[in-house]
Amino acid sequence: MHPAPSVIVFTSISGLGFGYFIWLGLGIPDLYGWEAFAAFFVAYAFSVGGLLASVFHLANKKNAIYSFSQWKTSWLSREGILSVLALLAFAVFAIGRIFFATALPVFGYLGAALALLTVFSTSMIYTQLKTVPRWNMPINPVLFLLYSVAGGALLSMQPKVAGVLIVLLTALQVAGWMMGDKRLAESGSTKGTATGLNTIGQVRLFESAHTSRNYILDEMVHMVGRKHAQKLRMISIVALGAVPAALLLLLPPNLIVTLVALASHVIGVFASRWLFFAEAEHVVGLYYNRD
Amino acid sequence: MTMLPTHTEKKLGLVIDLDTCVGCHGCVTACKGWNTQNYGAPLSDMDAYGADPEGTFLNRVFNYEVAPADGGASQTVHFPKSCLHCEDAPCVTVCPTGASYKRVSDGIVLVNEDRCMGCGLCAWACPYGARELDYDAGIMKKCTLCVDRIYNENIPEVDRVPACVRTCPAGARHFGDLGDPDSDVSKLVAERGGMDLMPEQGTKPVNKYLPPRPKDTLDKQPPKALETVAVEAEGFLGWLDKALEKL
Amino acid sequence: MTRPENIQIETSPPVSDEIRKTTCYMCACRCGINVHMKDGQIAYIEGNRDHPVNQGVLCGKGSSGIMQHYAPSRLRAPLKRVGPRGSGEFEEISWEEALDIATGWLEPIRQTDPKKLAFFTGRDQSQSFTSFWAQSYGTPNYAAHGGFCSVNMAAGGIYTMGGAFWEFGQPDWDRTKLFVLFGVAEDHDSNPIKIGIGKMKGHGGKVMGINPIRSGYNAVADEWVGITPGTDGLLILSIAHELFRSGKVDLDYLRRYTNAGFLVNAEEGPEKGLFLRDADGKPLVIDQKTGKPEAFDKPGVIANLAASQGENRTVFQLMAEKYLAAEYAPEAVAERCGLSAERIRNIAAEFARVAFEEEISLDVEWTDWKGEKHDKMIGRPISFHAMRGISAHSNGFQTARALHVLQILLGSVEVPGGFRFKPPYPKPPEAHPKPHAGVTPGKPLDGPHLGYAMGPEHLLIEEDGTAKRIDKAFTWENPFSAHGLMHMVISNAHAGDPYKIDTLFLYMANMAWNSSMNTADVIRMLTDKDENGEYVIPHIIYSDAYSSETVAYADLILPDTTYLERHDCISLLDRPICEAEAAADSIRWPVVEPDRDVRNFQTVLVQLANKMGLPGFTDEGGNAKWVDYADYIQNHERRPGVGPLAGWRGKDGDKSGRGEANPNQIEKYIENGGFWIGHIPEEAQFYKPWNKAYQDWAVEIGLYDSPLFYAFNLYVEPLRKMQLAAEGHGDVQPPDHLRDRIQRTMDPLPTWYEPFENTNVDVDEFPVHALTQRPMQMYHSWGTQNAWLRQITGKNYMYLPKKIWQENGFEDGDYARITSVHGSIVVPVALHEGLNDHTIWTWNAIGKRKGAWALDEKAPEATEGFLLNHLIHELQPPKGDGMRWTNSDPVTGQAAWFDLRVKIEKADPKPDEAQPVFPPIKSPVGKGPKNVARKI
Repeated sequence: MHPAPSVIVFTSISGLGFGYFIWLGLGIPDLYGWEAFAAFFVAYAFSVGGLLASVFHLANKKNAIYSFSQWKTSWLSREGILSVLALLAFAVFAIGRIFFATALPVFGYLGAALALLTVFSTSMIYTQLKTVPRWNMPINPVLFLLYSVAGGALLSMQPKVAGVLIVLLTALQVAGWMMGDKRLAESGSTKGTATGLNTIGQVRLFESAHTSRNYILDEMVHMVGRKHAQKLRMISIVALGAVPAALLLLLPPNLIVTLVALASHVIGVFASRWLFFAEAEHVVGLYYNRD
Repeated sequence: MTMLPTHTEKKLGLVIDLDTCVGCHGCVTACKGWNTQNYGAPLSDMDAYGADPEGTFLNRVFNYEVAPADGGASQTVHFPKSCLHCEDAPCVTVCPTGASYKRVSDGIVLVNEDRCMGCGLCAWACPYGARELDYDAGIMKKCTLCVDRIYNENIPEVDRVPACVRTCPAGARHFGDLGDPDSDVSKLVAERGGMDLMPEQGTKPVNKYLPPRPKDTLDKQPPKALETVAVEAEGFLGWLDKALEKL
Repeated sequence: MTRPENIQIETSPPVSDEIRKTTCYMCACRCGINVHMKDGQIAYIEGNRDHPVNQGVLCGKGSSGIMQHYAPSRLRAPLKRVGPRGSGEFEEISWEEALDIATGWLEPIRQTDPKKLAFFTGRDQSQSFTSFWAQSYGTPNYAAHGGFCSVNMAAGGIYTMGGAFWEFGQPDWDRTKLFVLFGVAEDHDSNPIKIGIGKMKGHGGKVMGINPIRSGYNAVADEWVGITPGTDGLLILSIAHELFRSGKVDLDYLRRYTNAGFLVNAEEGPEKGLFLRDADGKPLVIDQKTGKPEAFDKPGVIANLAASQGENRTVFQLMAEKYLAAEYAPEAVAERCGLSAERIRNIAAEFARVAFEEEISLDVEWTDWKGEKHDKMIGRPISFHAMRGISAHSNGFQTARALHVLQILLGSVEVPGGFRFKPPYPKPPEAHPKPHAGVTPGKPLDGPHLGYAMGPEHLLIEEDGTAKRIDKAFTWENPFSAHGLMHMVISNAHAGDPYKIDTLFLYMANMAWNSSMNTADVIRMLTDKDENGEYVIPHIIYSDAYSSETVAYADLILPDTTYLERHDCISLLDRPICEAEAAADSIRWPVVEPDRDVRNFQTVLVQLANKMGLPGFTDEGGNAKWVDYADYIQNHERRPGVGPLAGWRGKDGDKSGRGEANPNQIEKYIENGGFWIGHIPEEAQFYKPWNKAYQDWAVEIGLYDSPLFYAFNLYVEPLRKMQLAAEGHGDVQPPDHLRDRIQRTMDPLPTWYEPFENTNVDVDEFPVHALTQRPMQMYHSWGTQNAWLRQITGKNYMYLPKKIWQENGFEDGDYARITSVHGSIVVPVALHEGLNDHTIWTWNAIGKRKGAWALDEKAPEATEGFLLNHLIHELQPPKGDGMRWTNSDPVTGQAAWFDLRVKIEKADPKPDEAQPVFPPIKSPVGKGPKNVARKI
């Protein structure tokens, strides 16, 4: 698809926000008063910011309220509901911690679970799409959760845990890319099946249905150059994985190291998220692409 | 509710004949015209006369070339594409607002525009590129199978077919109940080996495509060679004389 | 939440307040349309189910007519040029002033030298009216666009068999089993062919496409024959060779209905090659029964094709001799045609098989021209159609002839399953008018401008041999130019050859862009000034409905209406919409009134005529006969009782064909859905040129005044007369430099010669043929202003075959420099595998000039779109003899667009825009709105 910078920034940040919530809900770190305020402010800013951004991207916002209705079938609906529930649970939890110096662990655990489910739901919005074979694989929810939890751990100032999670995440991300590269072929969808003309022979696009752009081309048929993608993957591995892991695991823990690691990690997450969207080959491209 | 019905009373859909479609785009603009004036928001055209026009169409005609496996000349195939009204429509189940639904009575997949929030997820779930978000209305648009024509008592009965079918000059588009094995469309599908697009996606499309008939067979199964009656004019005259006598 | 079964939607919304039925004008096909009106506005357009042409269906163009009607490019008021020509600087003026300016130019030259007006009407659908106007005015310089379109097909057909394809006839779609299609411009019989192909495929019939390009109809063809351009005639004659070799010709048909049995004079001298005739001038045949020479049409006589009289042999024997020659054997032509000899043999065998082994027979009794009764109609279910693909070559006339002769050899013309004429055809060449150019200042021309010359005596040349017409039609350069040569008008007027003109009056032809060969030079000619600083072409008047490229080059613009705002008649006097089973005509009428200060161009012609008091338009007292075009349509009589419309004639509207004018005729048409149809009786459906019942019916409804029985012309005697002149016989003699060419190209039997460009240029340097096609969804330049259609095709590529693609290492996104002997363009390329190896092609008229058509200057049409026209000259390359040799067919003058040869190289670096780039013109209508979402 065509990766819009704002979508990348906001989905990355909101993942971090919910990841941070998960740790906060578990009481790690165990914060109260102003410190808790600061932490929850960041978590809310990140997570709500991300959600608002997705609302902002709706073409017809006035009907957004109905998106809470289809929890039985729709992962997007579930994400909405779960995120609101998570944020509500954390509201109680945060108020307790900031104003009443009360831990309210039940709300913390509940909120953490809901946050985890929110991130899982988010991942399932993409993973469920058979139309994007690269997304349609079980490792994707795992990656989304790991991104969230690892980032959350960093925000929670737990360098060693974060370091370990980041090593794991990086390894799985590399595995994910390698698996993803084969997914379109494995899906069995080709220009031949898309047109049904495979029984005759090799199919190629002669003339597209339209020389002008349209919504499908804007959204789903964006090809990122292979060389470009490889370069970004390297940048991504270094920034989200190698640098933070080295800093966190090899250096003595301190705030500066953690912040530098966080900054590097976030840049890496952006790059990886950009790739997540940019490399997503939608099968509709089989109708449109000339190759 | 975006839960798919377990059963629809009919499976209304289109059968598109790839052997006959000449690629005139009649179905494209007839559809655009009807659906701009009817069901829901008009199909807009952004930057209509500008450098980068971009409009909403519910039906588009592609043009492919197929290089036959046996090495013959490449064939050109016009390929109209619109919503296939799938039995297992992924666009419906992903919808968070309940705007997308499949009708129990006839199987038509529709978007309830009073509910659509324009998130685009349904378009992402569709393998066929059959849904286009209208940039002016902010609403997802798709083929309605002209639900406002096929039951419309204000138009003559013979015209109660989708606009694309009514207009198709070559008769390459057929409309009917594919759930009824005795319907004309079902028979046509059976007779001509009607096929699904991307069956591996598991969407169970209702619309079927009739494959092109075998082409360029003349040299493979040539007619009986013409026998010589004369190699030059004089011999020909002799033959002609006799032939005329016989008439 | 509402469950799906409970969601209520309106499934019976009211569609419209009213349906108004008129005729489409999105191309030349003229389908019936239902225009749905809502709140007085146009809401939706669909095909009219009752209409004979389209039977309810409508193509991509017709279905998007609403966007043409509401296009922002519509002109709004008469315009007077205020800046230099080509600047696009105009001032809006009143109609009164516009008509004053026009008559101020036209009336003085009418009184002194009417030929100083050149009036050419482009894609006009009212030629019987515009020619009537030009004739009344008195100028010989009138034609429409046939000369740069398909006159070869029309003239080749008329001279051969009294009709050609499209408006002249159609396959018997219900019965034909093999439909063979040579290159076709899609808008020529657009929907009927689509309907027909669909119908045939439903019956199990087969389609064969003979075309270098496998697209459109050729894509659905069961068999594609990817021939090399310009060699169709050679292929056809090779097929004829095969048919003669195997005796697979319909001898009975040939001896009865054609001039195959006519005796040809073999004696050296002025009569050589002409038919032997009796005292009444009737060609002679040898009767099969008696062995005596008899008039060909004498009752009881059947020609003996094998007979001879001394050295004088029959046409058929001459044909056998010519086509059995080794030069037409498949082996001899295969390489030039780009096909294998085996393939040619198989094609011929298949034609013969279908024609003779799948013979069909209808149990319908009929009586022929000689009074013989037949109890059956024997059919040969093979049919053909061809249009500009084979026409637009310098050998196009002979190729069209060859194709018509092939159909006749197979006995498949006017028989069940074959090709059928549509009224008012069949109509032999001698029944058509002769060309006229007799000018008398202040008086009408001495007869119709265009027609069919039957010999040198009909040429329009002065005593000194110079042309009477500005386009040099009907001269020795192109003696049978039945449609004129619109493509030569500007070039000749600029060169003052044969003479200078004062006013160029154009209608609906985009001559400053895609309708001209050599666009850049035409623009220069239109703006060129003489030594006194005056324009070389002093006055230019142009009428168009839209802001086309040509608007900028006129001094006075007469804005026309859209097709939904106008009266028109699609008349039997003109280019009607008949079917093989019926005569039919139709109207347009204003389903909405214009919201701009524009007028139907034909009404403007009436007003100009009235202002000048043109004879024909005014009575003896100088009073106007008609106030507008609708008035003319209803009340004009061309011959007593025969007017523009055939339906509902007579005071009470109870007569068809013949009858006095009916003041309510147009109302009647509107009530009937915009058209009239008169069915041909069953026994008159086939064998029309020789069928007594048909001829009687045709006379009854006024197609002609007495029966017109005739024999098909395998051998065209008028061509031989031209050759005789070239051999030095007769008083009217061609100039010496043309004698050889006339001899070679005006063979009375179909022949083939290399297209001129093949011999004029170094084919090793320019090895590739370059063609254009019109996309089915666009009609010349109009599609671009249509917001829907321009999204489908808003730019064009040069399509290259795999061989050229790979040899040059092209990749998607590349540009190529395409060079002809005349010019060069740099354009985007794409791969097309289904393409003849030596051919490249692109869509026609997608490229647009910046500033035209109310489009943004950065529109893809103006930045990536391009024209092939820049590579094609209206003249052949100079031969060093100082002559201006036109790039046209030497028989008809048809523009030889498709002769073009080019070379290709990769453009490195890629340009920012397709080249050449022209500076923008100022739009007289501004720009279109940003976004459109129009729901009524």
